[in-house]
Amino acid sequence: MSWCGQVLYSGTANGTVLRLEAPISFWGGISPENAEVVLENHPQRGVKITDKILIVPDPIGSSSSAAILLELLYARIAPKGLILGTNKDAILPISVLVAEQMGWNTIPVIAMENPTFKSGEELEIKTDGTIHCI
Amino acid sequence: MVELTQEEKAILNSELGTTGDKTALSIVVKAAEMLGAKRLVKITSSHIDGCLYHGDSGVLFCENLAKNGAKAKVPTTTNVGALNFIKTNQARLSSKKLQMARRLMDAYINMDCTPSWTCAPYQIGARPKKGEQVAWGESNAVAFANTVLGARTNRYGDFLDIACAVSGRAPYYGLHCDKNRNAEILLDVTDLPEKVKEEDTFFPVLGSVIGRLAGDSVCAVSGINKIVSEDQLKALCAAAASTGAVGLVHIIGITPEATNLQHVFGKERPKEVLPIDMDMMKRAFHKLSQTKQAGTIDCVALGSPHFSISECRKLLQVSEEKDFKVPVYVCTNRHTAQELEAQNIYSKLERLGVVFIIDTCVVVTPILPGSGGIMMTNSAKFAHYSAGNTGYRPIFGSLADCIKSAQNGSATLNYGPWK
Repeated sequence: MSWCGQVLYSGTANGTVLRLEAPISFWGGISPENAEVVLENHPQRGVKITDKILIVPDPIGSSSSAAILLELLYARIAPKGLILGTNKDAILPISVLVAEQMGWNTIPVIAMENPTFKSGEELEIKTDGTIHCI
Repeated sequence: MVELTQEEKAILNSELGTTGDKTALSIVVKAAEMLGAKRLVKITSSHIDGCLYHGDSGVLFCENLAKNGAKAKVPTTTNVGALNFIKTNQARLSSKKLQMARRLMDAYINMDCTPSWTCAPYQIGARPKKGEQVAWGESNAVAFANTVLGARTNRYGDFLDIACAVSGRAPYYGLHCDKNRNAEILLDVTDLPEKVKEEDTFFPVLGSVIGRLAGDSVCAVSGINKIVSEDQLKALCAAAASTGAVGLVHIIGITPEATNLQHVFGKERPKEVLPIDMDMMKRAFHKLSQTKQAGTIDCVALGSPHFSISECRKLLQVSEEKDFKVPVYVCTNRHTAQELEAQNIYSKLERLGVVFIIDTCVVVTPILPGSGGIMMTNSAKFAHYSAGNTGYRPIFGSLADCIKSAQNGSATLNYGPWK
């Protein structure tokens, strides 16, 4: 199976899917120190997002979320790729642009409507935005 | 594809400007591509949201921009930082974090930003006019700029805000464009009793209702026919931008481009018309308190957005110079503080038990003692963020209620119409 999304930031990645089961703002929801979900009452509290293909069906929250993702990229504990359900404000992909300018690690960011990938699936993201199940 | 001018191409090709200019413009252009903007728009001012320390990476990025010669091309104000420049030990941060937070603030100064450190730049002279294109961050400031001043900005956040300031440009999309400023839903408060609309708490409570109903869409509000003060509008905008991702509320008769309903909806009809009734308002009022509305309190917090001179004057007047039993934190900016000193209000308030928090506020950086308690506030924004950020549970009431509660050391509410 393969899908095609809108490329917000081009790159390649392959890895295991982690799907956020409830909306989360990176600021206040993900620890910049160890990449763990820290939001109280979140069903995935304690899970690390490092090295995953992270599916964010419903990106919400503070514009300071960009600062948290940048911190993860800088510390090399970021996800391997991001697949976002919407692209209204570009808050998360902005930090990848900044990481590129600083010569730090970058990751592909893809937007697609209703991404259905489930935690545990293995995916490959290509530079043109195609996504394969492997 | 984003269409670029000759000047923009020259900056990206390193033929014009500094390396810092090139970095900033690259970010703005790539963000424009992501957002589907066809071109950039020149801006006349910027307000930088990203002044709080979230980690070393953001500091290094800003220092790098500054080192590479990036300078703000338009008048640029700074939002609250993580520390009080004058009383640096007020924020309970490790010395390493304090130092990094200070380096971030210094980097913005080195890029020619005005060190205003305030979430209410519109109170200290940053007042773009109707139709002016600007790139502002900080949710309440964005809502105020669009709603009260009639300027045009999206909700700019960390990194894109300073990139726009240095480029003097922003992606031309969203609320910058005429067509996206039309309202979609109409909220009607005509049937609420006029007496309710005279309450100070009316505005933050209505703002909370607006944010929940509007979400991230543009809405219009009809039925406010009184002269409304800027402090009241500030409270409304801050509340709406806390409960929802609200960037623009057309208050008919007040928002510069909302002289009548037709202007606001254009040729379209509202998708939805929602009358706001007293039940909705009462529910919203009580929801702003996150603990029982009685008993001892640990502090009062005022000034989100930053307290104005007129609000400080009212605080002094209503307190009738009777001492406070618990600390009353007044968060404001250095410009307002100077003016308060000149008018002899600052020291009078300090003598009553006011603790001034300058350049920052009690909810964005650890200032409140211990790890939790009960906070009384008249700010819907404090009420919204306090428990999560500080562990202090809020009780919401009017300024008069806050003052009485501080003088009694326990919550003393006159519910008025909210009973």
